[in-house]
Amino acid sequence: MGLVIDARLVVRQGAFTLDLALTAAPGEVVALLGPNGAGKTTALRALAGLTPLSEGHIDVDGEPWHDRPAERRPVGVVFQDYLLFPHLSALENVAFGPRCQGMRRREARRLAAEWLDRVGLADQAARKPRTLSGGQAQRVALARALAVRPRLLLLDEPLSALDAHTRLGVRARLRRHLADFEGTAVLVTHDPLDAMALADRLVVIENGSVVQEGAPAHVARHPRTDYVARLVGLNLYRGTAHGHTVSLGEGVGFDAAEALDGEVFLAFPPSAVALFRTRPDGSPRNLWQATVGGIEPHADQIRIYLEGPVRAAADVTPAALAELRLAEGDPVWAAVKAAETHAYPA
Amino acid sequence: MLVLPALLGLAFLVLPLAGLLLRAPWSTLGTRLARPEILEALRLSLVSATLATLFCLLVGVPLAWVLARVDFPGRRLVRALVTVPLVLPPVVGGVALLLALGRNGLAGRWLDRWFGVTLPFTTAGVVVAEAFVALPFLVISVEGAVRAADLRYEDAAATLGATRWTTFRRVTLPLIAPGVGAGAVLCWARALGEFGATITFAGNFPGRTQTMPLAVYLALENDPQAAIVLSLVLLAVSVIVLAGLRGRWVS
Repeated sequence: MGLVIDARLVVRQGAFTLDLALTAAPGEVVALLGPNGAGKTTALRALAGLTPLSEGHIDVDGEPWHDRPAERRPVGVVFQDYLLFPHLSALENVAFGPRCQGMRRREARRLAAEWLDRVGLADQAARKPRTLSGGQAQRVALARALAVRPRLLLLDEPLSALDAHTRLGVRARLRRHLADFEGTAVLVTHDPLDAMALADRLVVIENGSVVQEGAPAHVARHPRTDYVARLVGLNLYRGTAHGHTVSLGEGVGFDAAEALDGEVFLAFPPSAVALFRTRPDGSPRNLWQATVGGIEPHADQIRIYLEGPVRAAADVTPAALAELRLAEGDPVWAAVKAAETHAYPA
Repeated sequence: MLVLPALLGLAFLVLPLAGLLLRAPWSTLGTRLARPEILEALRLSLVSATLATLFCLLVGVPLAWVLARVDFPGRRLVRALVTVPLVLPPVVGGVALLLALGRNGLAGRWLDRWFGVTLPFTTAGVVVAEAFVALPFLVISVEGAVRAADLRYEDAAATLGATRWTTFRRVTLPLIAPGVGAGAVLCWARALGEFGATITFAGNFPGRTQTMPLAVYLALENDPQAAIVLSLVLLAVSVIVLAGLRGRWVS
């Protein structure tokens, strides 16, 4: 089976340029992940036909979409703050799309009621958007987008308007609806957790271009930029490998679990870093001297930022911190086990 | 320091209205109001102001939409032109209308020759004069509403397959409805009180072009009591409009 989407999106807006190649297989859920201002939403709007391409093409099932206006593209969009029409009830919002496609009023309302039922809001059909909770509004928006039977479903930060508590439940529901949806879905998010939970494939965007893509599990283990490393919570370095030894320059060398040659990335989790006030006995590998740059609580651990030749984050237990009696500016020895240090080709 | 001039300003606004109320011939009010020429002027005023407002809605809403949304060369000039009737003395507006739509006017000549339509000194002329003066009120109010409306709702409509017309009709128009309503009320109130352009362009024929303000002016010459009664009616209508405006749109 061929690709459903084959697109190259080039949008120039002042000094900013988005240049993004995007492909998606049938039924695939692709997440565009990136920091604010990376161009994710612009890419989504370009796919929907709301922002014109400066260059490039959008082919869906071999049909060119790029010269069609938005209303003639079979897309469904869930906007960031949902944009439910405030003067229409939930039911009328969902019926809006089918009505525009020429369906009779009664038929459209019946279909809309079906969709509301499917997202679990059959009893809220008559309510106006402003009386709905955030999670309910998100589901109405999803029903409205799906009611037009789109080939391509676009979701712009579908969970960002929700508080942490509702988010969990809504994410799980959204995941089920995405699994039921037969078309392809592209979702935009800056939250790695949403991306990992919902997507089959991540496309990481920074400054308008793709910096990394792949399956969520792969991206999580093999970050290729500082941004991705921060998202997935790993310390990331670039170096040169000779067998198991990776040189980071400035005389600092690490032993990694993998044997490679040439330019590599080296990554290890903050929890793999052990700290010592004095140089530990024996000579553990991957040992270096650092200065404590900052200390802050991180979940049930304490995260310590290390300055020096190797900048790193280290997680220790509050008990361990008390024992070490560390303060900002203190010298400290840091060590990482080779087994927890992963190298992969750059 | 500021309280005294503020009170003075308030008194200045309230005193004339109080005078109107105090000097009104309350005892004979009922019989005076029921006189056919007063009822006739009132009916003509209400009908022509309403027709003028409908005309303004028909052309003013699209005009406001274009001014707010379409970027074309000379937009600032067009906006300035639209507001001219606001600052133009209404009498001048009436003269201008005569020159444009009069029997020998620029466009009036063709209206007469092709359709046999003459506007001056007819009820239709009253509507035209009122619409000319009142249109800016509607356009300004609606343009503000269109500018304030969130464009992204129109994006959402487009992704649902709505054409531009459907989007305008089913999304934009309901979103700007409060602005359109407020504009229409202001427009209607302005049309109702219109005097200068009307008397210049449409004349002062009882039953045909003599609206309430014209009747007030005429009555002041020979029957001041009647003028007060007519003024009270206009005042009552204004207060009702203001109350309606506050209740519905200003909160």
